[in-house]
Amino acid sequence: MAPLLQLDQVTICFGGLTAVSAVDLRLGPRELVGLIGPNGAGKTTLFNLITGVYPPTRGAIYFDGRPTANLKAHQLVRRGIARTFQNIRLFASMTVFDTVRTAVQVHRTHGLRDALLRGGGFRRAEAEVERQVRELLALFQLDRVRDEPAVGLPYGDQRRLEIVRALATRPRLLLLDEPAAGMNPTEKSELTALIRLLQEKFQIAVLLVEHDMRVVMGICERIVVLDYGVKIADGPPAAVRANPRVIEAYLGEEAAPHA
Amino acid sequence: MNSGAKRYLLLALLAALIVSGFSAYFNRYYLGVAIDVGINIMLAVSLNLINGHTGQFSLGHAGFMAVGGYIAAKFSLLLQPALPPWMQPLIFCAGLLLGGAIAALTGLAVGVPTLRLYGDYLAIVTLGFGEIIRVIFQTSETFGAATGLTGIPNWTHFGWAWSGAAICVFVVTCLVNSTYGRGFIAVKDDEIAASASGINPVRYKVTAFVVGAFFAGVAGGLYAHHKSFLSPTGFDFMKSIDIVVMVILGGMGRTVGVIIAAILLTLLPEYLREFSDYRMILYALLIILIMIARPQGLFTFARRRPDSK
Repeated sequence: MAPLLQLDQVTICFGGLTAVSAVDLRLGPRELVGLIGPNGAGKTTLFNLITGVYPPTRGAIYFDGRPTANLKAHQLVRRGIARTFQNIRLFASMTVFDTVRTAVQVHRTHGLRDALLRGGGFRRAEAEVERQVRELLALFQLDRVRDEPAVGLPYGDQRRLEIVRALATRPRLLLLDEPAAGMNPTEKSELTALIRLLQEKFQIAVLLVEHDMRVVMGICERIVVLDYGVKIADGPPAAVRANPRVIEAYLGEEAAPHA
Repeated sequence: MNSGAKRYLLLALLAALIVSGFSAYFNRYYLGVAIDVGINIMLAVSLNLINGHTGQFSLGHAGFMAVGGYIAAKFSLLLQPALPPWMQPLIFCAGLLLGGAIAALTGLAVGVPTLRLYGDYLAIVTLGFGEIIRVIFQTSETFGAATGLTGIPNWTHFGWAWSGAAICVFVVTCLVNSTYGRGFIAVKDDEIAASASGINPVRYKVTAFVVGAFFAGVAGGLYAHHKSFLSPTGFDFMKSIDIVVMVILGGMGRTVGVIIAAILLTLLPEYLREFSDYRMILYALLIILIMIARPQGLFTFARRRPDSK
């Protein structure tokens, strides 16, 4: 099958620092891949490259067979790449409902004219958007809090809302940046279930940056390891866990006996 | 709110025209102040779209007002002698729209290069822009240079000013409460998250700037035909500050609060004329106090929250 996402020798330098160095990566449609590595290994930078926040210094990125160079972040969202952030970035003055509505509207932006004239077409489109929002909120159990301010939610719900907002743009590739960070064990197991659910239900590819090995090993079919911007391993969880370079760079010695 | 908003607009327009029909019976001074109030509502609500809803701190609103005012005034002065009196409302309307359109184009020209800037930087650039506009009018012979334009026909009566205000409030409200307009708020809250949700921040910022500039331009045209006289000094930095104070006092992004603030800050200086030298000191203190005590604005009430249980 043709890869959904393809990175060819992607490199980015900030001044003298090479944050990501000649990384090759293939991601199939509906694949769930974990991206791990020590702090500063370039995981988030790789996300920023894929989502068009930075252009790569060298190398090329293809999404769905087409190069993504010169596309801005919001244009890539329309192509089908959505993401969450390591530090939650919700819209501070919006309710839960409006947060998701803002993302759902991406594929049906009206002009100024429609917003002012508010004809039948506009109202139907608006009603359709609202229906989709209700459906998403119900699916992810956020319908109870739909009129609460987004930033007033408990931490775990804020993380979940960020994922729902990303899903609302109807992506084919979802990038999750440390979704389990700061979560308690209950929230973590809920999150694991949620990632499985969304992958099953929406049939999308997921690239997951995560430090919690139980989450990563539990759900990922494949794991990619970065260290100092270089890809040092890429394979099924068992193989990666046994890889001596990965143990040295990231997992540490204790992980070895479990392998 | 779809049909509701349209109904409010029609009611407001009707009320403006009815009151206008009886304007001969009112005290001329009060009527003049009422027209000022209408014009200031337009200025404050349109600036609120830029500063409040979209979060782009602009200090150049008087510049857009000047562009609209001078263009509309010049238009009337050129055409009035040539055309029969019954065409006056047409000339006036066309002049206002032309002034608004050119102000909007100016907004586009200023907005596209500068809206990449954030916060303080944007404020400084728009401040500089406002001063450039003023200096251009101050040195241009066509627009009367330092003396300004005089003898502008006195066409702005109550109905014009308040219809303008009603349309401005309607457009801003509709924009902000649409799928289209939620982009403004998303951009204000978090530009990076907005673009990660598929919103093009530049497009929304420029739209807010252009729509805001348009209404500032129309307000400028109404102002010119109300005072019959335009001078470049009327559009200096202090005028921009006046409008910013209305927005901050009323609450950034809260249209109703901003309307109340615009009314109060037009009436108060009228009643406190003997203290007018201290007005800017008072405004500065007011902003500091509000920012400390009520950053959400004086006239902001708890948001209605439907029962979600």
